[in-house]
Amino acid sequence: MTNSFSEFSRAKMFMLIGTNMTEAHPVAATFVKNALLKGAQLIVVDPRRHRLAEMADLHLPIRVGSDIAFLNGLMHVLIAEGWYDQKFVDSCTVDFDKLAATVMRYSPDYAAEICGVPAEKIRDTARRISSVKPMMLCYTLGITEHTCGTHNVMSVANLQMLLGNVGMECGGVNPLRGQNNVQGACDMGALPNVFPGYQKVGDMALRAKFERAWGVENLPAATGLMIPQMMEGLVDGKVRGFYIFGENLANTEPDIRKVEHELASAEFLVVQDIFPNETTRFAHVVLPAAAWSENDGTFTNSERRVNRVRSASVAPGEARPNWWIFRELARRFGQNWASDSAREIWDNELSVLAPQFGGIKYHRLEGDGLQWPCPLEDHPGTCFLHQDGQFTCGLGVFTPCEWTPPAEVPDQEYPLVLSTGRRLAHYHTRTQTGRCEGLNDILGEETADISPADAQALNIDQGETIRVRSRRGAVTLKARVTTEVPKGMVWMAFHFREACANWLTNPAFDNITMTAEYKACAVAVEKIHANR
Amino acid sequence: MTENFFSLNGNEVDFQPGETILEAARRHGVVIPTLCHLEGTTPTGACRICVVEVEGAATLMAACATPVSAGMRIKTESARVVQTRRTLLELLLASGNHTCAAGPTGAGSWTEAQMRARELDGDALCPAWGDCKLQELAFQYQAKPDRFVPAPDAPPPELANPMIERDFSRCIRCGRCLQACNEVQVNRAIGFGYHGTQSKIVTAGDRPLADSNCVFCGQCVQACPTGALVDKKSRDRWRSWEVEKIRTTCPYCGVGCQQWLHVRDGRIVRVTAVEDAQPNQGRLCVKGRYGYDFIYSEERLKTPLIREGDRFREASWDEALDLVAGKCKQIIAESGPNALAGVSCARSINEDSYNMQKLFRAVFKTNNIDHCART
Ligand code: SF4
Ligand code: SF4
Ligand code: SF4
Ligand code: FES
Repeated sequence: MTNSFSEFSRAKMFMLIGTNMTEAHPVAATFVKNALLKGAQLIVVDPRRHRLAEMADLHLPIRVGSDIAFLNGLMHVLIAEGWYDQKFVDSCTVDFDKLAATVMRYSPDYAAEICGVPAEKIRDTARRISSVKPMMLCYTLGITEHTCGTHNVMSVANLQMLLGNVGMECGGVNPLRGQNNVQGACDMGALPNVFPGYQKVGDMALRAKFERAWGVENLPAATGLMIPQMMEGLVDGKVRGFYIFGENLANTEPDIRKVEHELASAEFLVVQDIFPNETTRFAHVVLPAAAWSENDGTFTNSERRVNRVRSASVAPGEARPNWWIFRELARRFGQNWASDSAREIWDNELSVLAPQFGGIKYHRLEGDGLQWPCPLEDHPGTCFLHQDGQFTCGLGVFTPCEWTPPAEVPDQEYPLVLSTGRRLAHYHTRTQTGRCEGLNDILGEETADISPADAQALNIDQGETIRVRSRRGAVTLKARVTTEVPKGMVWMAFHFREACANWLTNPAFDNITMTAEYKACAVAVEKIHANR
Repeated sequence: MTENFFSLNGNEVDFQPGETILEAARRHGVVIPTLCHLEGTTPTGACRICVVEVEGAATLMAACATPVSAGMRIKTESARVVQTRRTLLELLLASGNHTCAAGPTGAGSWTEAQMRARELDGDALCPAWGDCKLQELAFQYQAKPDRFVPAPDAPPPELANPMIERDFSRCIRCGRCLQACNEVQVNRAIGFGYHGTQSKIVTAGDRPLADSNCVFCGQCVQACPTGALVDKKSRDRWRSWEVEKIRTTCPYCGVGCQQWLHVRDGRIVRVTAVEDAQPNQGRLCVKGRYGYDFIYSEERLKTPLIREGDRFREASWDEALDLVAGKCKQIIAESGPNALAGVSCARSINEDSYNMQKLFRAVFKTNNIDHCART
């Protein structure tokens, strides 16, 4: 996020796109609702009429995967009518002409054809967002989990730059991170192309710096593999040893059958986790790890805030902190890492090696933590980025994008779009929430959410057991008929194994980030006659 | 006297325009008791415990709802104020099942009185005992209630949901839960229902919470000053004086809410939000508040496991790690470091991911390290 949660309740206007905050980021949603009570305006762009859409001044139910067409349509109007922030564009950005040339082709009528929102509404939205300043834009996986995810992200950034809504309080481009420490895992360099602190592995000087710090030679320069490539490598033998730490890939990756085939092909699979799960079934070695609240450390939230995690109980049996396990393995290769606690790792290594964390030390994290960038020990941290139009690369660059459809679109055989996500009471594959007293009572099974119109057309009753089929698999589960979902869509989560949406989802990926298209694939819904 | 000054218990002090008497007094270190007031929400003036004497005013004024004006002369603990508070407290105590205060409160210290009451309560000790604002104030103001006689038609407690126990007999109708639900979390699940002695906190249609708009965020429980709302998972496991509070960060979503872990004998028995903390400002959702006990599951992995055919056998750390290291060395020797790949965890602490990428880069010499960054 470029901005902070504490700004939410003071914001004047929100555009939420592809984010169902009340379920996926519930406390963030409360701040949005507080702002609404104080008179802020809310525009929700989402195929589903979820709870915040219900409360919105304007709900724009665009078709799944049409975000770029819609956003380009908005920018078309903003430019054509001269409603954009010319001063900001002139002084803080480059390549406006390129953007203008691309979005010129997305007239409201053309955009409307693709996204399903009437041209008049697109014009009205453009007028509204240009009349309030700043507008805060938030998005989640509805933007990224598409084959065009990177382009979606660029398009929301284009919009906010065009409106001059970056580099200020209560504005900005704010992706809410799904998992508690996705931000942190990225920051720490658990990515194939960067060291901790986003320092490129391809840069010789940076490699030399890490070689000195780590006391090693010849750090690899070539960018490594991303998860889907690793998985494919298991099948063709390019990847022989695979080490999975804390991810239940067998349920979370698209197309479970394919994933399980890949995992079963692994020559040597190490899984380090806190519970046996669908993925450990394929392991050759399982290593028991200490869980949250069983060791000290830090998480970094969506607003780049580094906060402490503290021990409250002891890990069961032989379970050990993850950092300890990695350190022990290094020792077996003759490397003796000095840092012997999370605190030493952070204070003596990470914060020394990654400049944006230079000023963050454990002794400064006792209260509300610190938001990076925080380069020096007397630096207060950074609530919002790009202040006064300062971007990391100097000026903000407009990167126009063309709309492309999802990899798999409905046809006669599979006439509905399946979109997936999370529900409030559970988290991911329920390895944790499924083992908490009471949470299964709140939500005990998966459902296929469908619209009343489709339910009627298919003669499906509320709660009836149905089958949902895609080219990759089929699941049997109860129908939940709800006006939340538009006609033509099925919506499911991936919390329950048997009816997990990922039996159905399409392993098609954004070719830059390799993010899977969890938000769109084609399915058919069927009545199960035998069971009635 | 200059513009923004007023007299507080005889001292001339400043105030900021718009500040309530309560806020200004707090800022100057003067404590005024409150029951219904919930920080950050619209004052309702429901309980009147915060009344103070304002010179020249015919009635006592609710400090939480009255803005300071220049030249006001305020007494926060005058005899009249104390007497009024005591009467209000006695009425509140008599209005419900507040047995903790029913014992003789006359002589002795506050602690002694509490200990006596605890003995008197015996088995029926209220779950909020020792953490109840009403109890605290009753002792502080030496309120002597009449014994409470439950009304024959009193609504029974609601126990039929997994998270929250609602005991209407301990409700003082202060409305804090409503403020928490409607103004803080904005879930709009509850409101005041019925009239007079029948008045009660209700969901739409007075249905059980589980069949209402309630999302079990538990914000109302955190706000409730009495034992009327209780975290079911913590009942009988949690007593304020037996727990140590440890601050930490929620393990679920990317908001990163700050939590108090209430720990008793090395076990988390309750979770509440850290008030006034960033980023969550005293709020949690259902997962953050009630999703903590998975760590105590019997199904946890407790020892390293090594595959043998279709099964796993238990192994020591040395054996398991030697095996992993040996196999990795062999693969590197035969096929080069890029034949190894690893996925880190987006849920675990930063330092774990740091060490894992270091293992892959500095030890194995490959950049084949990734995590579910985008999902
Ligand atoms: S648990 Fe949350 S949603 Fe339910 S009544 Fe309490 S505050 Fe409202
Ligand atoms: S339930 Fe608790 S917070 Fe709500 S009105 Fe009753 S005493 Fe007050
Ligand atoms: S309490 Fe809820 S909103 Fe807050 S971090 Fe945890 S899961 Fe997210
Ligand atoms: S606290 Fe002021 S009226 Fe209740």
